[in-house]
Order: sequence, then structure tokens, then C-alpha cells
Amino acid sequence: MAKKISILIVDDEESVRDSLYSWFIEDGYRVECAENANKALAILESDTFDIILADIKMPGMDGLEMLRRIKFLRSDSIVIVITAFATVDTAVQALKDGAFDYVTKPFDPDDLSHLIRNATKQISLSEENESLKKRVVSLENVEDLIGKSEAMKRVLKDIESVAQSSSSVVITGESGTGKELVARAIHSNSTRKFFPLVSVHCGALTESLLESELFGHEKGAFTGAMYNRKGRFEMADNGTIFLDEIATISTKMQIDLLRVLESKKFVRVGGNKEISSDFRVICATNKDLKSMVEKGTFREDLFYRLNVVNIYVPPLRERIEDIPLLVDYFIKKYCTSMNKPPATIDSSALKRLEEFSFPGNVRELENMIERAIVVGNGKKISLKDLPLEKTIISNSIESLDDLEKTHILQILNKYSWNISRAAKALKVDRVTLYNKISKYKLKPAD
Amino acid sequence: MDIQNITLIPFGYFEEVFLKSISEAVKHEFHFPVNIKEGHLDLSEFYDPIRRQYNGTKLLREIDSLFSSDTGKTIGLFSVDLYIPILTYIYGQAFLNGRSGIASVYRLSNERYGMNIDDKIIQDRFIKEVIHELGHAFGLIHCYIPTCVMRSSTYVEDIDQKSANFCFSCKNQIDAGLSDL
Repeated sequence: MAKKISILIVDDEESVRDSLYSWFIEDGYRVECAENANKALAILESDTFDIILADIKMPGMDGLEMLRRIKFLRSDSIVIVITAFATVDTAVQALKDGAFDYVTKPFDPDDLSHLIRNATKQISLSEENESLKKRVVSLENVEDLIGKSEAMKRVLKDIESVAQSSSSVVITGESGTGKELVARAIHSNSTRKFFPLVSVHCGALTESLLESELFGHEKGAFTGAMYNRKGRFEMADNGTIFLDEIATISTKMQIDLLRVLESKKFVRVGGNKEISSDFRVICATNKDLKSMVEKGTFREDLFYRLNVVNIYVPPLRERIEDIPLLVDYFIKKYCTSMNKPPATIDSSALKRLEEFSFPGNVRELENMIERAIVVGNGKKISLKDLPLEKTIISNSIESLDDLEKTHILQILNKYSWNISRAAKALKVDRVTLYNKISKYKLKPAD
Repeated sequence: MDIQNITLIPFGYFEEVFLKSISEAVKHEFHFPVNIKEGHLDLSEFYDPIRRQYNGTKLLREIDSLFSSDTGKTIGLFSVDLYIPILTYIYGQAFLNGRSGIASVYRLSNERYGMNIDDKIIQDRFIKEVIHELGHAFGLIHCYIPTCVMRSSTYVEDIDQKSANFCFSCKNQIDAGLSDL
């Protein structure tokens, strides 16, 4: 459904206000009138308008001063100034101060229609521009979902099957597995892709801040609320809202969220006007929401409202076969962004990466590769470029002997095979260390 | 408001055949009985000597208070040049979802634009304008369908482009509005 354009008419002459009002009403616009600049500014504090038609000559504050104040409040407002006393100076001044256009009354009906058509075209172009920018960002990020493992194929299949519906989705998985990328992929493949994907990191905000962030607020709703502000639900109209770390929200917020999800209507903090928004909800968490429901820390009704579809993103250690692809992708990504020649990775370094447990998952791998590109000086990433020393818990290690062998080798390498220093670090005597080297057939690396 | 009829009130001279053709076209489009009543107004009260035109907003209010009823829609038919304060001219005006409207034939004739006299064209244009203003009185806003009579017209050429009929959607809105009464 096309958005209904709203127009505020500001003129001290009643007959002009009435004429314009009835003309625009017949065109299906939402129209309000104000008889002077102060009343118009008061209206604009509690309501927003797409187009403001303002007379220049008015008693009290004139149209030019009002134009400056409106532009200060909301720089993207479209203000058209009208006057019976046209001079080049005032016209130039109005345009310099940000007026969209300038007209002298009375004007032809066709000129008025043309003026409003141009203004509405400008509004739709701005909105389309914003939407396209967001879409481009989304599509770029979808490329980050790399993997040919069975686990990743399942995720991609889930994304494909859920994208076309408007069902709520909960994405679960450890930190750093790429839950937000999955949300972006769902949005970008849905019919809502031309509208915004709005992300909210629930865990990073206090309860009151989250409330204001999600629902928006009216001017004066709390200390520091100097202007009206749209909430994330309002911004996500026709698009998708992504609520990250959903398990961290308070009990009160859970109730508020449930109400919004059921009615798709809400009121800004400090306001009383009900706002409707058509959005799709995608949530993410690294917690087990089901067990939180059983413990009573997460509302059961909200859980079932959100968890219509569940997508599990596996940790990197469960899809080791994707590591070479991911490494290759991140190398290309960072070499390009840092304007460096294309690099490759040493086979031993890649092998060590495949043995690494990656508690921070894909995000940790990405950071490692980025660091290696920054600090590395050659065309090849080697073991010394990767910060792996402190966190070797390879999933190929199962026995205590394997663990002991790996740890002793690490310490020997660290002290360049100086037996005395290595033995001291390991808190064993030299004879014991020699016996272990012999037992595990350890040798210095080339 | 229980709509029972539509009333056309000519102010000034209109030929009987001309009025009859308008009345029949309105009846055909709205399916209500259409009455033609005589009306008298001192138009000098609405004349602006500087603009040499008649104030449409004031005329519409006068028609609404003196000639309208709650049981129908009333359209005042004029042959004078109408304006509203912000615009150089109007063809007509109506209260949206109200009881009354006005329409003028003044700017609809070909000869005003340096073309040959064509009585049929004036009649067709006026029929469209009267139905258009009645559409507003029945609660319709401007329509974007090029052939719909509710399409906004700021030039006579725009009026010629559209038909004298409502599009499917506008017709449905009128029917839905009437069934809600």
C-alpha cells in the first residue's frame, strides 16, 4: 500500500488555509493547518509531516525564521515557501536556508499539482535511496556465509526455506558463529529485501535504553529526550528487525515485546499515539531458551511466539572442512581491503588452524587472518603469523599422552630446545624431560 | 445520512437540453433520482473586482447552507469564472464526503482557448466535472487511473482524456460507502 503523504499548511490567512486544505484533501493527502509559525512548530514537536507549505509574511515569527528552525529540527523536511510579495532576495534567501521550492500566490492549479508531485517524488527517491543502500550492505554481507560442509549446507537450506515466509525465526549457536549473517541472508532472500533490516543488540543496552531504542520516544519523555525519535520497530516497517542476544532482555521487556509481536502496534515512550508497523522478527541467542523457559527466566508464550522456526548455526569445530574455504575467503577480503598483493597460507599453518578448537568460532578465525595480513610481511602466511601458542586444544587430542606430548613440544619450541630452561618451565628435572622426548620421539622443527 | 436524490441547481442561464443531458448522465452513473431546481443568488457578493472572478469557497458555503439537505447531494451549476484564494482558477469544488459542491462551465469552452466552438465538447466536459464533484461529495478522493472521472484535471485537455465514468475501485468505494449508511 502506498504511503499517505502528509502536508502541514502554515498561513495567517484563513481563506488560504481553507483553500489549500480542501484542495489537498481531495488529493487524498493527510493535511493539517497552523495559523502562525509558533503553532506550526508546536505541531511539529509531536507530529511529523512530509511536506510543509509555509507563507513567508506572517505576524510574529516569519516564514524564513520558521524554515531555519524546521531545518534545525529535521534537516530532511521538505519546506515550500509561498508568498504574495515575491522578491528575488527573499526567494534566494529561502532556497539558501534549505527550502525545496518557492512560489508566488495565487498560482495555477497545475503548478500546485506539479510542485507537490516533485516534492513527493523527492521523498520517494530519498526513501528508495536509503532502502537500496541498506540492501547493498545486506547483499555484501550475505557473501560472508562460506562453507560446503554438511552442517553449513543444512543452514543454507533452512535459510532458503524460511526466507519467503514472514514467520519469526530464532537463530541459535555459539558466539561468533555468524548468527547475524544468517539473519541478513534470510532478509536479503525475502520479499522484504527492499526495506530495511534493523539490528538491535539487546545485551548492550539497559532496560530503559532498550525500551526507547525499540519503541522510540517523544520529546521530553525523559531527561535528555530533546527531540522525537523513531524506534527500531517503526524503522523496520515493511522490513525485518533482528534482535540479537534476545535471552538477555528483562521480564518487563519480554511482556512488552510479546504485546508488540501480537498486535504489531505500539506507543512511543512518553507518547499516546498508537503506531502500526509491519515487520518480521528474527532473534539470535547463544543461550538455551528452552531451558530458560523451564527455569522460569524466559516467558513461555514469548518463546513460542518467537521460535516458529529455529536455525542452529554449528560451531567452527563441527565443520573443520570449511576452514580452508574460510581462510581463503578472509585472505582475499583483507588483502583487497588493505591494498596488499594476494597472499596464500603455508600448508603447516593451515593444518594447525584445522586442529585448533576456535572457541571464538568464525569471528576468531577472521581476526586471526586479519592480524596475519597486517603483521605478515611476505606473500605467504606462516605459523609465526598466527597467534596459536596459548590456545592449542586440538580436537585431535583425546588421550592424556597426546596432551602431554603437545604441551612439551610447545615449551621446547618456546625455549628453542634449551633443555634446562624448558625443564625449569615444566617444573621437572632434565632427566625426566629427556625421557619424555625419547618416549614421544620429539624433534626440533626445521 | 440516507441519500435519496441528487439535486442540480443552475445559477444563471443554461439551456434545458443541456441540463437534461447532465441530469441523465448523473443518473446513469449514480442510480439516484436527479432533480433540477431553480436557484437564485446575488452573485455580486462573491465577486472579487481585483481578480474579476467569483470566490468559489464562499459560494460553496452559501450553497451548502441555503440549498443543501441531509437526504441528498446538491451541486450548484455556474457559468462564471471561479477561484479560490490560493489558485488562479478552479473548475469546481465540493465538500469531501459532504452535502454539496459547485461546478462552472466558464473555462470549459473551446473558444476560450482559441479553438472552434464545439457545444458537444462543452457538454461532455461539464458532465465529467459535475460527476467529479459529486464523487468528492460521496467521499472519493482523486484517482490515478487515467480514464476514471475522479482523476484530477487542471487543464481542459486533462478532462478530455478521462471518461465520464468511475473506475472499478471508485465505484466500489461509493457502493461500500452507501451500504454503510
